[in-house]
Amino acid sequence: MLHDAALVCGKDLRIELRSRVALNQVVPFAVAVLVLFGLALGPDRAVLAPAAAGLFWVAVLLSAVLAVQRSFAVESADDARDGLRLSGLDPAGIFLGKAAAVGAELLVLEGVLTIGVALLYGARLQGGLVLAGACLAATAGLAGVGILYGAMSTGLRVKETLLPLLLVPLVTPVLLGATKAWDEALAGTPSRAGGWLLLLAVFAVLYLAIGTVAFGPLLEDA
Amino acid sequence: MASAVCLREAVALAGRFPLLAGVTLDVDEGEIVHVRGPNGAGKTSLLRLCCGLLALRSGSGNVLGHDLAGDRQSLRREVGLLGHATFLYDELSVEENLRFALRASGADPRRSTEAMERLGLGGRLRHLAVGRLSAGQRRRVALAVLAGRRPRLWLLDEPHAGLDQETRDLLDELIVEARAAGATVLLCSHEHARAEAVCDRVVRLAGGRVIPESARVA
Amino acid sequence: MTTVLAPAPVRSGTRSGRWRVVAVRVVGAAALAGVVLTVWLGLWVTPQAVGFGNLVRLLYIHPPMAWVAFLAYGVASLASLLYLWPRTRHRRYDRLAGASAEVGVVFTGLTLVSGSIWGRPTWGTYWVWDPLLTSTAILFVLYLGYLALRRVPGDPEVVARRAAVAALVAFVDVPIVYFSVSWWRSLHQPPTIDFTGRHLYVHGSMAWTLLLGFVSFTLCYVWLMAHRYRLAALRDAEADAGLSAAIEERRAEAG
Repeated sequence: MLHDAALVCGKDLRIELRSRVALNQVVPFAVAVLVLFGLALGPDRAVLAPAAAGLFWVAVLLSAVLAVQRSFAVESADDARDGLRLSGLDPAGIFLGKAAAVGAELLVLEGVLTIGVALLYGARLQGGLVLAGACLAATAGLAGVGILYGAMSTGLRVKETLLPLLLVPLVTPVLLGATKAWDEALAGTPSRAGGWLLLLAVFAVLYLAIGTVAFGPLLEDA
Repeated sequence: MASAVCLREAVALAGRFPLLAGVTLDVDEGEIVHVRGPNGAGKTSLLRLCCGLLALRSGSGNVLGHDLAGDRQSLRREVGLLGHATFLYDELSVEENLRFALRASGADPRRSTEAMERLGLGGRLRHLAVGRLSAGQRRRVALAVLAGRRPRLWLLDEPHAGLDQETRDLLDELIVEARAAGATVLLCSHEHARAEAVCDRVVRLAGGRVIPESARVA
Repeated sequence: MTTVLAPAPVRSGTRSGRWRVVAVRVVGAAALAGVVLTVWLGLWVTPQAVGFGNLVRLLYIHPPMAWVAFLAYGVASLASLLYLWPRTRHRRYDRLAGASAEVGVVFTGLTLVSGSIWGRPTWGTYWVWDPLLTSTAILFVLYLGYLALRRVPGDPEVVARRAAVAALVAFVDVPIVYFSVSWWRSLHQPPTIDFTGRHLYVHGSMAWTLLLGFVSFTLCYVWLMAHRYRLAALRDAEADAGLSAAIEERRAEAG
């Protein structure tokens, strides 16, 4: 299973390196979202800076949906199931590999957005350890749920609209936990973020486990 | 002779539509069988059933010793399908695609070199991204994957379509070689003459069933 | 190994079928009577509460509706689990899950509305980010997503399987949502729905009416479920009956 996961992760990342879709499309989209928030909430940094964490994570969440859609579009424009099933790979391995690849892409995105948030909203970056920890745990959870639901919507004609609808309400705990953890770190009280980081970690472990088990059956017809 | 494919009154559905309406078929190991029939007869569905992509709704089926009603994942590693879709990654090169496909199915990735040579994909083409190849060349890559994997059962769905003369001849050679190595081949093709030149027997499919010899008219 | 093409049995002409029809009618009548009685008692007979005034009358329908919303969601999740489990895989559980979700989404919507109506005079706004209310809102959207998934055109078995996984994932998620939201709120201000804090003592006729409310709405749920499930079973039976004909038609294509 892990061997297959490494194989799939490597393949997905190599495709990304060649096509640079995440880099050229998803990252600019996320930056555009940050700018949009800035325009919507007004230029007053006194309003934007405290909201920086929340806005950051909403941008990440929206980008995660795109990243997941791209991950499955790579397999086939319409239905990823046939190719994945025929490949002979262990479905649990495919799940973990794809989740790892999407996770890596999201981490890079988060790095860029961190700079964006500091520049655009004037957020003072501190508590780096907590910031990074929250990013890792939240991303793991997002990637896990994302790839699972990507499998759930692949092959359906309405997949582009169904995936966001299914995914967004589900990951509200991640949004909440990551935002609060970042808030504490940015406010200079990183020690109070411990509970939130734990929540994120539990969510990630839980959904990675569920995904490992449920991915295979979801690919099957009956 | 060991049985490669054994189907009894197999029914497979797409939603409520019966793709296969009770197929009974026996294929021994090492046989090359040509499945022919009109469009919509169920040829593609039959191949998809045999590689475990299509679920059995009723009846029974056993392919390479795997029960079609049970776990089909292990069956899929031993079966190779050449269908309408190529399952290749456009952004990766020919060589990368081959190596990935071989590794994924548990075969030795070093066989990619000889497979590429055999299919004339060595040299300039091997490092070219698959997305830049023509449709016919892409099918050749898919064929190379099959040749490299050497599965026990080859399922070929209209393999001659889109291939040039030279590659069609190559395909026929590969089929014969596969049989010599002990594999079984199920072939659906509208190129009846070519297919029948290479196969051992013909099976006719119509209306989702196999038409027995005696029932046929001319 | 042979699997059998078995259509869903629809027994309505038999004795057990007739008993079932009678039972459902009885439940329906009891539910109607119960709800009417609850409303009458709630609006006219029970007294006003100290500190709440007439607003307390919502108590007799809001918690019962919330209870049914969560009950429906629990039933849908359990049915989904049974559907996915190989030993108990049967389409009846998929039908049950779908029916329960449809009834549940209605009650969840009603819960949110009645909660908002309570909120306006109590908190001054129609919505507060209270953990219970927020979790219910998330549950509502999850239900909507689940129902959207069920409506997708495609192979019924494929859709049923995916919907079942979605239901179970949502089931695991809602407690996490509740927990995280309540923690989030506790950092900012004390919880807003706090019955004990305001000393709302439910006693006497109020208690009985509340209990009646719970029972009546639960009966409503059962009645609605019985009908919705039966509709789904009939639809499936009709489609299955068509299957043999479809197979014959298919074979006839051979000409």
